[in-house]
Amino acid sequence: MNEVIKIENLSFIYPDGQSALSDVSLTIHLGERVALVGPNGAGKTTLLLHLNGILPSNGQVKVFGSAVMDGNLKEVRRRVGLVFQNPDDQLFSPTVFDDVAFGPINLGYSEAEVRQSVAQALRWVGMTGFEKRSPHHLSLGEKKRIAIATVLSMSPEILVLDEPTANLDPRSKWALISLLKRSTMTLIIACHDLELVRAVCQRVVIIDQGRIIAEGSTENILGDMPLLQAHGLAPDGSKTA
Amino acid sequence: MKHSFIDQYSDSNSVIHRLDPRTKFLATLAFILAVTLTPPHHGQAFWVYFALVSVLILLSRVPVLHILKRSLVIMPFVLLVAIFVPFLKENGLQLFLTVVVKAWLSILSLVLLMATTKIPSLLEGLEWLRLPRVMVMILSFMYRYIFVLVDEVMRMRQARDSRNFGGSRWWQLKTIGSMVGTLFIRSYERGERVYVAMLSRGFEGHSRTRENLGFKLADAYFGISFGLALFLAGVFGFWGG
Repeated sequence: MNEVIKIENLSFIYPDGQSALSDVSLTIHLGERVALVGPNGAGKTTLLLHLNGILPSNGQVKVFGSAVMDGNLKEVRRRVGLVFQNPDDQLFSPTVFDDVAFGPINLGYSEAEVRQSVAQALRWVGMTGFEKRSPHHLSLGEKKRIAIATVLSMSPEILVLDEPTANLDPRSKWALISLLKRSTMTLIIACHDLELVRAVCQRVVIIDQGRIIAEGSTENILGDMPLLQAHGLAPDGSKTA
Repeated sequence: MKHSFIDQYSDSNSVIHRLDPRTKFLATLAFILAVTLTPPHHGQAFWVYFALVSVLILLSRVPVLHILKRSLVIMPFVLLVAIFVPFLKENGLQLFLTVVVKAWLSILSLVLLMATTKIPSLLEGLEWLRLPRVMVMILSFMYRYIFVLVDEVMRMRQARDSRNFGGSRWWQLKTIGSMVGTLFIRSYERGERVYVAMLSRGFEGHSRTRENLGFKLADAYFGISFGLALFLAGVFGFWGG
């Protein structure tokens, strides 16, 4: 199979001495949809920040076969699109257009290419016509879609999402889920929303306290009640999911 | 929560609204320069300036009351600075009145600019006029995040009031102090997250831009007639006084 991301024995300690990841190894294949599941503070976001080189690794993270280094950061960040949890952090421009165009402009696209990629990305998330709106005047569901569009406009091959359904109401959440199901990209989703995982992902990786605890097919992992309970992902002593 | 207190009315439509932001910005700058450079003893000139800005306000169809209310905000500052002038100088009263009138006329033109120009297009115009890129970015972040901050302050205040804010004046001041501190830290951390989101989309410390503005014939007409009117007002002031 075609490996797009390969992480080998990655450990990470924050400058303040707090250990965030220890000895994480993980391989993601082309076209897979993988969920990284774990309680708050498990190290999911830290792991995601390694995937596009925001946090440095010493060659333990390989994207499309080559180690993430200073020299190829730009290329890696184009191919691995990272969508952050809080759209108010991701959307920092005065208008939706400016925000979606930010990536393509940084990649040095021509004027026409920028317009085209913005139009395409907005169409894909169903937000055509919002170009001139200010992000502040959008609902959270709309902001999330725009945040995804800001990454899609760079035509990434891997889409990485941090808590995409956090704080969304059920309608916005299921709209987002059906959007993600339509995608043909490789998806990596960090979350603890098991409904989302069940609906979108084929493979689940459970992370707790900076370590990979278990991985397997969605059915197997989400069917393993004692495992979920042990890592705070299901209520204690309950027999129903 | 929705706010539009910065560029309220800027999305309505009038002759003035349709002008290119650069035209409006330069006209405002020229107007303020002309007003401030007019010597105090050329009293009539100020009437001409006033007539000029009034015509523009009427043309813009922004509610006059809105503009008047906004323009008064600056007054306390002007008074604070100028209040002692009448006691210190010969002819002080005239000087004092001139300062107040100049400040008011200038602020009138600025309020008109803000009420007829959307901030994003104003920023674009400023960038075209070679305002340093860093300044444009600071202004655009300010515009984007001031609402987010206002929301945050409102939520903090609600949380405080829900826990029955009261007690001595000293205690209240201390509470407000720690709220300001918390707000600062949160903003600082948000700044870091926004920066990471920018890096993830290929930001390299400088940003390329795109061109979205176009001068129209109306801008030429407006520029020429406004320039002429300003010039005549100046001439009138010098020989008429």
